[in-house]
Order: sequence, then C-alpha cells, then structure tokens
Amino acid sequence: MNLALGLIALLILATSTVALSLRKLVHAALLLVVTWFGIAAFYLWAGAEFVAFAQILIYAGAISMVVLFAVLLTRPSSDLSARSPESVRRAISGLFVGAAVAAAMAYAVLQTSFAPVSSTPPVSTVREIGVQLMGPHIAAVLIIGLILTASLIGAIVVASSPVTAKEEEIP
Amino acid sequence: MIRADSVDGSLLERAPLLLRDAICGYVPETFRPIAEALLAMIAVLAVFGLLFAYLTLAERKILGRIQNRPGPNRTGPGGMFQPFADGIKMLTKEDIVPRAADAVLHFLAPVALVAFSLITFAVLPFGRHLVAVDLDAGVLFFFAAGASTELAIFMAGWASHNKYALLAAMRALAQLISYELPLLLSVVPVIMVAGTLSLPGIVEAQGGAVFGFIPAWNVFTPWGFAGFLIFIVAALAESNRSPFDLPEAESELVAGHLTEYSGFKYALFFMAEYFGMCALNGLGVTLFLGGWQAPWSFLEFIPSYLWFGLKLLSLLVVFIWVRATLPRLRMDQLMKLAWKFLVPLALLNLGVAAFWALTASWSAPLQIVRLVVAIFLVITPFMLLGRKLSAGIGPRTYRYAPS
Repeated sequence: MNLALGLIALLILATSTVALSLRKLVHAALLLVVTWFGIAAFYLWAGAEFVAFAQILIYAGAISMVVLFAVLLTRPSSDLSARSPESVRRAISGLFVGAAVAAAMAYAVLQTSFAPVSSTPPVSTVREIGVQLMGPHIAAVLIIGLILTASLIGAIVVASSPVTAKEEEIP
Repeated sequence: MIRADSVDGSLLERAPLLLRDAICGYVPETFRPIAEALLAMIAVLAVFGLLFAYLTLAERKILGRIQNRPGPNRTGPGGMFQPFADGIKMLTKEDIVPRAADAVLHFLAPVALVAFSLITFAVLPFGRHLVAVDLDAGVLFFFAAGASTELAIFMAGWASHNKYALLAAMRALAQLISYELPLLLSVVPVIMVAGTLSLPGIVEAQGGAVFGFIPAWNVFTPWGFAGFLIFIVAALAESNRSPFDLPEAESELVAGHLTEYSGFKYALFFMAEYFGMCALNGLGVTLFLGGWQAPWSFLEFIPSYLWFGLKLLSLLVVFIWVRATLPRLRMDQLMKLAWKFLVPLALLNLGVAAFWALTASWSAPLQIVRLVVAIFLVITPFMLLGRKLSAGIGPRTYRYAPS
C-alpha cells in the first residue's frame, strides 16, 4: 500500500517539477494533466472513488482544455522570450512570492482545528456524499454555483466586447 | 468478483463465469484476482475487437446496399475476410511522421485515444453477472474516461505540426465539448430516478413491467424517451459519426486531425472511434433500454448477455442507417443544435424527470394524469423550440431533376 503511495507521490512531484522547468508551454500543460491524473490516482488510493473520477472529469477533461486553449490562443509575447530567464531579480521575486504563498497556506493549515479521526475508516458512498452536499453543506454548494455563474457571465461580457468598425476594416 | 457457484440461473446464463473459474482454477490462489482481471480484459478486447472488425464490414455493406451498390464482396464469401485484408494492409503501410512533428506526442495521441476508449468498457454491465469492474460511481467513471479522449485529439492535432490538423483538432474539440453537455444532462434524469450512479444498479432498477406488459425500461417513460433521443443525437456527435462527422469530413475537408497520420496509427484512430461508438451505445442500452433485461419474463431463457448484444447491435445498425441517410451539418448549425436546442431540452427534461420521480406514489387513476402531464411537458417545449429555431428556414421544397 505504501509503495503505491510512494509511486503516486513520485509521479505527482516529478511531473509537476518537470512541467515547471519546460520551456515549451504545451508540453508543460500536458505534463500538468499527468499530474492531475496522479492526484486522481491518489484519491483512488485513499478510497475516495467519487472524488477521483470527478477530478479526472473536471481537471483532465475540462480544465486541461481551458489551459491548452489559453496557451494556443495567446501569442507568447516577444519580450518574454527576449528576457533572460536566469536573472537574479526574477529568482528573488519568484522565491519571495513562493515563500509568501507557502507561508499563507501553512498558516491556514495550522490554524484549522481538525476533527479527531475515528479509528474505523468511514464508508463513503456516492449517495452519502450527495446527502451531505444537499443537507449540511448546501450553503457552500449554492455559493460556489453563484460564483461560477458570475464568472461565466463575466467571461461572456469580456468575450463579446463590441468590435469597432475601425478594426473590421483591417483585412 | 462473483463466483460462478454462488449465483443461480440457467447454465447458459452462468457459462461465461463457469469458463472463467475453470481457467482461473489452474492459477495459484494468490494470483487469482490478477488472472481474473486479465481474463476480463482479454474477453473485452477479443469480443469488441472482432465486433470492430465486422462493424466496419457491416457498415460498408449496409451503406453499399442503401446506395444501391454491392459493397465489398471480393475477399472470401460475400466479403467476409475484408476486415482482415484491411488490417494487413494497414499494418504493412509505411508509417510516416512529419519531420517537424513532435514525435513523442504524435505517437502517444492514438495510443492514448484507444486506451481511453477501451477503459470505458470496464464499467458496462454486459450481462446479469458480467461486469468487469462494479464501481459505485460507474457513470462518472464512464464520462471521466470519455472526457480524457479530448486530450488525445488535441495531442494529435498539435503534435502533427500542421495547420489543418491543429485547426481541425480545435473544431473537433469544440464539437466534443459542446455535445458533452447534452449527453451528461440527458443521463442525469436516469441517475435521479434510479437513485444510483452504479450501472448494474441502474439496470436492476429497470426490471419488471408497468401495467403487466410494458417493460419498465426508461425509454418507455416520457422523460426517458426524450432523454434517449437527446442521448442518441449527442452520442452521434460525440463519436464523430455522420451527420456530425465534421472533424474528418473526408469528402470536403482535409482529414482533420488525422491529416498527418498514416498506416496503423490511422487505423488506431478509427478503432478508437468505433470503440467509442460501441461504448456510448452500450451506455445508451444500459441507461435507457433496460441493459441486459429481457423485455418480457417469458423470454428470460435467452441469456442476459445475448439481450445486451442484440440491443447494442440494433443501436449500431441505427447509427449506420443515420450515416447513410442524413447529410452533414455545417459548423454553425452544429453549434446551434447543441446549445440552443439540445441543452435547453435536456434541462427541461430534468424537470420532467423530477416531476415523474416525485409523483411515483400517486394512486392508479392519477397515474394517467401523471403520464399526460409528463408527455405534455416533454412535447410542448420541443415543438416551441423547434418552431422558433427553424423559423425562416422552412418549409423546404425539393426539386428533382427531370428524368
């Protein structure tokens, strides 16, 4: 069991590290998808079947498409490739931002009081998850739905910005 | 895994399990689960590999008959060996990889596509005791595997380093993503009414009969009928079948994301397409046509897997028939059909199914009211939407050339 966990962790860490170091964005995005598959494998290892398939459906199926379309539809700006990647200023700012994010997350994890884990593993069926989502956690579901709707409307507004006549004249 | 001696039923019903247990009897106890899983894989590969081979032949034969020509008839009696001739041809063809292509991704794309199409078969219940992996969230697994195929198509288009391939892959992805929505939404009512995401559970829920003679399959309920139609249209589009075969459109566009593929890799794409079609039709049979259930109890002497096969084959023939009959859609018509017609109808269908599920306890005379209300709720939006969307287009007139 622990061997499997080690292999999954190695897969996740290795693919995400290589994805960060690749210069070709499409390769990096595809490796990121492999990372998401690894996370799904971890959920399967932990016995959370529903979450694992939802992870594949949403991340590997949908979000990967968003990432890949974004990579393809945005042109890499010329000044990005001109800038040398190994400048000291960039390294320091990168480290600073990384450390800030890590500190914020560590603080959040340390501040959360986790409920004591019962010795028997909980049997989580899909039905149970559904009942929990529709019962005690209904507020969270509704809020997430609202946020997603708002972001969707925002995306439509951004995408449908009126084309000016001047732009259309250019062949 | 279910043991053969722990289930009841006729000898024919238990035959596949008995065969499996007989073969696994030679394997040491510790390796038996692995052997059983391997055997299930081999069985799925053998059955659906052969089905794929003969489906291509059946398609060419049926298309030929519909278009008033004989179809392949040179290899073997009545063209029986045509698939194998095709296979040998594909295997011996030169495999050309463009110099500028991303060689690794170019190779991985067809492999990933076939792999993702094949694993969907794992959760389909082919018979009363014949399901490779009985998952609690089987439907979700099916769609998760199906969604991953989009990735492979993107890889194929991008790795070819060809503008036609990349543009076509984008077009194919737009189609797949658009039609995934009605496909999923048409499945949700079934899950809602059955109360489970497990495919064998959904089949069990469709057992028995209504009023004693109508099989209790989902397709015979108002929401099930509408859902089945939406599912079939979306499944046609998801498996790149005509009239939605724009990604390839071999007669008017370049071959789409397959442009830079040749030889056996090209064959793998077609294999994946047929596997995907079989799997989606299998899901349709499972969700709407009662899966392996016999229509009436006196027909239950025919083993359940034969019923599943019969239903699957009839759906496949309908797909071939549709291909021979309907002209291809234009890209804008394709998008319009998905977003303006199928998605609203599928959402409304969800409401109808909710009404159906909530009124299940109504007394006998009110059951007729329930049926009428549900049918009304299904047909009215269909008529209204259809009228509104086709306003200004029809009615079409057909003129034939003077003979």
